Amino acid sequence: MLRYVLRRVLVSIPLLVGISLITFGVINMAPGGPIGISSDLNPKATAEYRERLKAYYGLDQPLYVQYGRWLGRMAVLDFGDSFSPDGRKVWDKIRERIPVTLSINVLSMAMIFLIAVPLGIYSAVRKGSLFDRITTVTVFTGFAVPTFWLALLLMILFGVHLGWLPISGLVSLEHDSLSLAGRIGDRARHLVLPIFLAAFGGLAGISRYMRSNMLEVIRQDYIATARAKGLPEGTVVFRHAMRNALLPVITILGLSVPDLLGGSVIFETIFSIPGMGQLFYQGVMSRDYPLIMGILTIAAFLTLLGNILADVGYALADPRISTGRTG
Amino acid sequence: MRGVPRRTALPPIVLLLLLAACGGGKPESGGKGAVVSDVPAYGDAIVEGSIGDVSGFLTAVTTDASSHEAAGYVFNGLVRYDKDLKLEGDLAESWEVSPDGKRITFHLRKGVKWHDGAPFTSDDVMFTYRRMIDPKTPTAYGEDFKQVKRASVPDPHTFVAEYARPFAPALASWGMHILPKHLLEQYPDISKSPLNKKPIGTGPYRFVEWKTSEKTVFDANPGYFEGKPFIARVVTRVIPDLATMFLELKSGGIDLMNLTPLQYTRQTETPEIKKSFNKFRYLSSGYTYLGFRLSHPFFKDQKVRQAIAHAINKKEVIEGVFFGLGQEATGPYKPGTWPYNPNVRKYPHDPSIAKGLLAEAGWKEKDTDGILKKDGRRFEFTVLTNAGNESRAKTAAIIQQNLSAVGVRMEIRTVEWAAFINEFVKKRKFDALILGWNITPDPDQFDIWNSSKTGPDELNHVGYANAEVDRLLEEGRRTFDIGKRKKAYFRIQEILAEEQPLVFLYYPDSLPVAHKRFRGITPAPAGISYNFIKWYVPKGEQKYTTFQQ
Amino acid sequence: MSANSIFKDSIRRLSRNPLAVAGGAVILLFFVLALFPSVFSSHDPNRIDILKILTPPSESHPLGTDDLGRDVLARMVFGARISLSVGFVAESIAIGIGLLIGLLAGYYGGRVDSALMRFVDIMLCFPTFFLILAVIAFIGPSIWNIMFIIGVTGWMGVARLVRAETLSLKERDFVAAARAQGAGDARIIFRHVLPNTLAPILVAATLGVAGAILVESGLSFLGIGVQPPTPSWGNILTAGKDNIEFAWWLSVYPGLAIFLTVLGYNLLGEGIRDAVDPRLKGR
Repeated sequence: MLRYVLRRVLVSIPLLVGISLITFGVINMAPGGPIGISSDLNPKATAEYRERLKAYYGLDQPLYVQYGRWLGRMAVLDFGDSFSPDGRKVWDKIRERIPVTLSINVLSMAMIFLIAVPLGIYSAVRKGSLFDRITTVTVFTGFAVPTFWLALLLMILFGVHLGWLPISGLVSLEHDSLSLAGRIGDRARHLVLPIFLAAFGGLAGISRYMRSNMLEVIRQDYIATARAKGLPEGTVVFRHAMRNALLPVITILGLSVPDLLGGSVIFETIFSIPGMGQLFYQGVMSRDYPLIMGILTIAAFLTLLGNILADVGYALADPRISTGRTG
Repeated sequence: MRGVPRRTALPPIVLLLLLAACGGGKPESGGKGAVVSDVPAYGDAIVEGSIGDVSGFLTAVTTDASSHEAAGYVFNGLVRYDKDLKLEGDLAESWEVSPDGKRITFHLRKGVKWHDGAPFTSDDVMFTYRRMIDPKTPTAYGEDFKQVKRASVPDPHTFVAEYARPFAPALASWGMHILPKHLLEQYPDISKSPLNKKPIGTGPYRFVEWKTSEKTVFDANPGYFEGKPFIARVVTRVIPDLATMFLELKSGGIDLMNLTPLQYTRQTETPEIKKSFNKFRYLSSGYTYLGFRLSHPFFKDQKVRQAIAHAINKKEVIEGVFFGLGQEATGPYKPGTWPYNPNVRKYPHDPSIAKGLLAEAGWKEKDTDGILKKDGRRFEFTVLTNAGNESRAKTAAIIQQNLSAVGVRMEIRTVEWAAFINEFVKKRKFDALILGWNITPDPDQFDIWNSSKTGPDELNHVGYANAEVDRLLEEGRRTFDIGKRKKAYFRIQEILAEEQPLVFLYYPDSLPVAHKRFRGITPAPAGISYNFIKWYVPKGEQKYTTFQQ
Repeated sequence: MSANSIFKDSIRRLSRNPLAVAGGAVILLFFVLALFPSVFSSHDPNRIDILKILTPPSESHPLGTDDLGRDVLARMVFGARISLSVGFVAESIAIGIGLLIGLLAGYYGGRVDSALMRFVDIMLCFPTFFLILAVIAFIGPSIWNIMFIIGVTGWMGVARLVRAETLSLKERDFVAAARAQGAGDARIIFRHVLPNTLAPILVAATLGVAGAILVESGLSFLGIGVQPPTPSWGNILTAGKDNIEFAWWLSVYPGLAIFLTVLGYNLLGEGIRDAVDPRLKGR
């Protein structure tokens, strides 16, 4: 097993290099290169700022040297100083935001899993039924609904008209003065809409996928065998069919990391949640290039991680996967 | 901060709370409730909402309004502006300007102490001056101090600055926050010193805490030389979204914020709001304009510019963009301030006069779609403005409509700020732009209007050149006599109004709202913060009575 | 079975699928809207009327007015043009790139395949939306830039699909026959392999346009897509968010349009998939 993980990680290294190449290319897309964009309101600050940036990026050096420096910096997570007025280190700013985004994403993946999987299974088992048909329609709707629109609609309904749920932030103002139970409840209330929205897109896809997997698995011979043996339907479904249908779904979950991260830009901005997505959005709007590049790189890295975890999870769950041998 | 081009990503809000000047302010309170005891009392805390976080507390090395505002609680300059935007003493009790205008002698207050107990002396002023002109200090405000020929400290309470030539804005430049020599002299670059994160000054409040992206906390300084401030604690909370900030206001999380015009007109008229909050309104210190590239073949002609000024319906812009909360601009000085000249040529909205002027300029023929033509060329141009600024985008849209009514086709192009400044403004690659200027209390606007300031990194973007204005700008800065300065600036406004190198559009209103329990808030030309240390909450109404440390 | 009759069969199956037909009809409706705006709205989408700022739906303004008093229906009708064309062009770019890479990887196999697929893997490491935002931040939001960048970040799925098809096709008899006749690689790829990949590509393209429209409206909503005063469904929604407490119509209608269009394309795409390969039905 360990060897498998190691091998998997090694295979990812060229991917990391590729990521660095692409991000480097993106930086240089800016008209005037990385410094062409450093502007402040005062001309005097600009000239001096330009000089500092030139030195930092080594822009008087040939491109491959610049790339080398970028690669070296990326490896130690040194993304430079943010262009925003506070001038803090980019990595510090990202670091304090990761937990929020990550926890929301993990919670929504859990939600997807808990809802989509049973939904998919039930739809497959009761194929063609009313339940199945309704779910299919709902699923298609889910694919087509723009998340930000849904967010607005839900905000209008639950936040403005009914007043049941808060429409922004992670905690309310009085948070610190609440009891422990109160605080947990407060956080939960603030997270309901964001997590639901984050999960929404994934729900549709995963439940559909689960359904089609189940359908295929059910057709298989070994299921017929199990039934012929006289095993109760429940056992057939849960013990045999589900486990086999589940495997690809685990992979898909791991692969949905990039989409979740991408979606976080929208709903974190809408709900004023201080996560990585909102930081990224602010960075884009203020053209804070070091910050943008830092987050882009981290996001790619997290995606890679998600893929590796998905593969490892798959390998763990499926005894047929060779973990010790090459191939 | 003279002549700083203004880019507002959001409605001009926290930017303006600082040195906002002018206008008769009208407090709109929701009726006087029965006040039991209105006696000034010490105590309570005020929680302000701010969109931006502080980036540092040393004003010399920061450029954003949030930082300057925070620093203002902790530091003092030699001089400051009073409620009518006239200079008064801060750390300097008084000063004299020599008859030839080349020497200013400041008499410093005695007995002032830094927050750590050390005495404030003229050595601190000298230290500040030296650092302002030091190349190692990354400051944007060094220019004014470089004009000093010689500075001297005859005794611990006197500071003398000598200039090669009389320089009126110099006096105002000494409003720069004075730095403590004993705490900073070992740091060659003050921006890297711990004081930038944990300031120690002479001001009415002492620094307590700064949680980045979250809040800053200050406590009243009992030994402040003007007397201990009434409000015991100031907390500024960072809330990057105005809608959220407004929700916090309503739920009691913050006591003070600047409203958007929409919030002011449509969301604060309910009885509950009026019961707990007072709204205020005063003209802000910045105007928005439509600037022409004066070398452009269309805009070379003064009649064309004047025609466009008549074609634009400034009232409609203010109504549509700011719900009426603003004033038309006629020049680069704010109504209500002493340099403002009310008697300049005005351009009331009149499409027929506009068409007449255009015809006089040779634009008589019309193309098939109604656009004016001259020598085969259609009157089409592109106006640029920075992306992400909703007010400017809306202003542009309204102007576009106004102009098409007189046969002029204006395309709107929004460009994101960095490219806007670097690719278009600096390289003068534009037909026209919509931008804004912040107005500094000192009327010297040399950098904007002088014909020598047209280099790529300089501020005279439109390329304005008028010999008389050049001369008047020079006159205005070389004398300390208010009467003489006023004459010069009045004449400048007359010429600018006549020549319209830009169409001055509007001054928006600043719209602060504060919880009713705070007394003493009185809008004046300088805004509402000028007397902050005198605001108080009567004993019976105080909300925050114990503070976490 | 000849290609022609397969084609006819597919069309017949498609037309029997009520959902797909519905989807196609919705799309057609929006196209008509985009091509003949004056039929649906007599208002000028850019006509500002400050006296009518944020008025709710009424007889003269069936979908209400926005924050500058402009008619929402008119703006949406013109916004249809932007959204539909961005979707179409962006997806065309994506298909173009994906086709090329997929064909080359599948046909040549070996090193070429490895290298190209490695490239695909790298691209897939980036959350697409992040990448798009980052590039737009650097090169600026203009309609062409948006089309370009959506296309350039959305080709990976198509590439994999085409590669898979090519891999299986290249072993088939007609390819061997063509080669025996002395046809060059290019000819084989473009004349023989490519046409057989069209069916799955069509499905991917249809679904892809839907995705592109979602991305464009997302970008416009965030303020980095189509810039006002040019109307786009996404940027009308921005005003919806800013005025959420008083102007529900600004939030509801543009979103509805996006939703219906995307749904239409999805249904059509799924319908095409079922029509072309009925073995897949029921999955």
